[in-house]
Amino acid sequence: MTEKKVLDLIRREMPKQPPEVRKFNFNEVAFGYSEELAVEEAKRCIQCKKAHCVQNCPVEIDIPAFIQCVADRNFAEGIRIIKQKNCLPAICGRVCPQEDQCEKVCTLVKKEGQLAIGRIERFLADWEARQGHVDMPEIPEWTGKKVAVIGGGPAGLTVAGDLILRGHKVTIFEALHKLGGVLVYGIPEFRLPKAIVNREVDYLKSLGVEVYTDFVVGKTQTMDSLLEEYDAAFVGSGAGLPWFMEIPGENLNGVYSANEYLTRLNLMKGYLFPTYHTPIKAHKRVAVVGGGNVAMDCARSALRLGAESRIVYRRSREELPARMEEIENAEEEGVIFDFLTLPLRYNGDASGWVKEMIVQKMELGEPDASGRRRPVPIEGSEVAVPVDAVVCAIGNSPNPLIGSTTPGLLLGKKGNIEADEETGKTSRDKIWAGGDVVTGAATVILAMGAGRKAANSIHEYLMGGDGE
Amino acid sequence: MYKIIASRMIVPNMHILTIEAPVIARQVQAGQFIILRAEEEGERIPLSVSDWDRARGTITTIFMNIGSTTSRLSQLASGSFIPTVVGPLGNASEIEHFGTVLLIGGCYGIGSLYPVARAMKEKGNRVLVVIEARSSYLFFWEDRYRVLVDKLLHITRDGSKGLKGHIGRIPEILTALDEPVHRVLINGCTFCLKRGSDATRELGIKTVVDLNPIMIDGTGMCGVCRVSVGGMTKFACVQGPEFDGHEVDWAELAQRRKSYMAEEVIPLRTSKCEEHAHQSEEVS
Repeated sequence: MTEKKVLDLIRREMPKQPPEVRKFNFNEVAFGYSEELAVEEAKRCIQCKKAHCVQNCPVEIDIPAFIQCVADRNFAEGIRIIKQKNCLPAICGRVCPQEDQCEKVCTLVKKEGQLAIGRIERFLADWEARQGHVDMPEIPEWTGKKVAVIGGGPAGLTVAGDLILRGHKVTIFEALHKLGGVLVYGIPEFRLPKAIVNREVDYLKSLGVEVYTDFVVGKTQTMDSLLEEYDAAFVGSGAGLPWFMEIPGENLNGVYSANEYLTRLNLMKGYLFPTYHTPIKAHKRVAVVGGGNVAMDCARSALRLGAESRIVYRRSREELPARMEEIENAEEEGVIFDFLTLPLRYNGDASGWVKEMIVQKMELGEPDASGRRRPVPIEGSEVAVPVDAVVCAIGNSPNPLIGSTTPGLLLGKKGNIEADEETGKTSRDKIWAGGDVVTGAATVILAMGAGRKAANSIHEYLMGGDGE
Repeated sequence: MYKIIASRMIVPNMHILTIEAPVIARQVQAGQFIILRAEEEGERIPLSVSDWDRARGTITTIFMNIGSTTSRLSQLASGSFIPTVVGPLGNASEIEHFGTVLLIGGCYGIGSLYPVARAMKEKGNRVLVVIEARSSYLFFWEDRYRVLVDKLLHITRDGSKGLKGHIGRIPEILTALDEPVHRVLINGCTFCLKRGSDATRELGIKTVVDLNPIMIDGTGMCGVCRVSVGGMTKFACVQGPEFDGHEVDWAELAQRRKSYMAEEVIPLRTSKCEEHAHQSEEVS
């Protein structure tokens, strides 16, 4: 019955809170597709025989299949197909950089009408949640094997989800008091509501995943002592020490790492102080140093707390590493962008609070090792910018706690755990690793992809193979 | 959830809390700390561990009732539960056979100093302890120290016991001792740590301080606990909490500790009237 379709190249927009409203609240920015919009959008898919989108998905979701289900209004089947490969669809539908993955290679992209795969994924996950009934997959009989997962962020949650579905017992050890890692401490409520993270975490628990929060492997118990109890372990312990620029004044009051600023807000719910007891200051002028997604999150959070908020970035708009959608959101909401600007030092007031940043203007020179044009300082271009808070969002090193307490675990130059790219195997028997602790700061979906590969390798190993 | 086994005021405004936390009790060493939350909406705060019972699976902490979290903690009855206790965090004290060590504990530091004294003694050190408080009625655990250490000395602000004054009198104590001291270690408030370090600097005695900056996660992720030590930025939660007192930038630490002084007590002053009103409306 399929007739030759006329290509529909209009991506359906997702309804959003208007910028002038949302910049004053922490509620989710985008409302998500209605059923009608989702179906319309899904119908634009031309069901390529050779689906590049699937190849470009780190967790290899059968994208054309679930899109077809949505076009046919068979939502239950659609979400089932996604969940075969991805146990966190409501999260990935929101925070995956689809424009660099599945949507980038969509056949329709040639006419700039690439299918909004992420939005449809999000729609299905939210649709399922609204049904109030989640289909439970069948869990095979226990294999007799036990796996310890260190860190309850995206990588660890993926490993846990994958291995429990294969009949292994899985225990997650989480250092913080809540599961989710960067999904709960880092990504703000307006981009990823915490209720959604909790929903996905509860789903894993309902599958039988055992969880210990407040448990710092390496401190509360060493890796080696855990391995006396468990047949294998996956380390996805995520971010470590935040980087600063090592310029004068960075230890003044009011200078935060992005991790601190976001943790106060998100994990500790500082924006609801004093109902929640962790304070966050009502700053007037906040400068966020950096140009990635984390920088956008900080700048947009600062706006919502009532500040004038600016991004200070040493290159130009072209080079911003953040997702275009987040950059546009930030621009719409009124975040000021100081491009080609490099902080040199911070000056404080008499009581030790930051009061201004001295910045230097830059121009773009020859391309550097990353292929981006190198920013070169313009002599004599220093100016003082008045600020009462600075958030340093230039990245962090991998978490050091496991590496420093696990003898024989090979570490890279930056303190990252060395792990095989294809399998996640580390230099130690029975230990796998993935996510930011291996790669340094990256994305949620890359961490999930690494978790997926490691889970496969762990499963093979547990079932008698060598995990290769 | 973690069960409060015992809770009482040990001296005015100072509380002792024993918590059931078997995995922490099994691992904890002198000099380490825990992070806890007193309630679901609560802040994460670090507290030094003052004692533990590995067999019973309990840890004990002594703290001053100073902000909203410690206030809430101090009101908890035995048998109640708190949502978060995580640890043991930070590095253990450096405990070796140094010879003669002088350990100084001020206020709540008298509590966290105790396991250090015990470990130093076990390593065969001659252990001299100075405890310091505003007045003699604020001392505690003197009996425990008396049976453990080689010498116990007192300083009180009002002169009600031992030397009159504060930790600045340490040089006199050192002179009067008439024996060489190989290492000084101080637990207490930032002021006490700083003045103690100032006092030993000229004498050239290695002085170790147990720092207490603001922390959130306590695992090296947030960076709020950074301190300048010897011109380098260090993260107290994973690289400390013990540092060389002669290398610490005290002005910066004192400033950073004051960041949220105003906010620390605000949750105490909110009556939550609105919330309660809504709740009672829903009920009726």
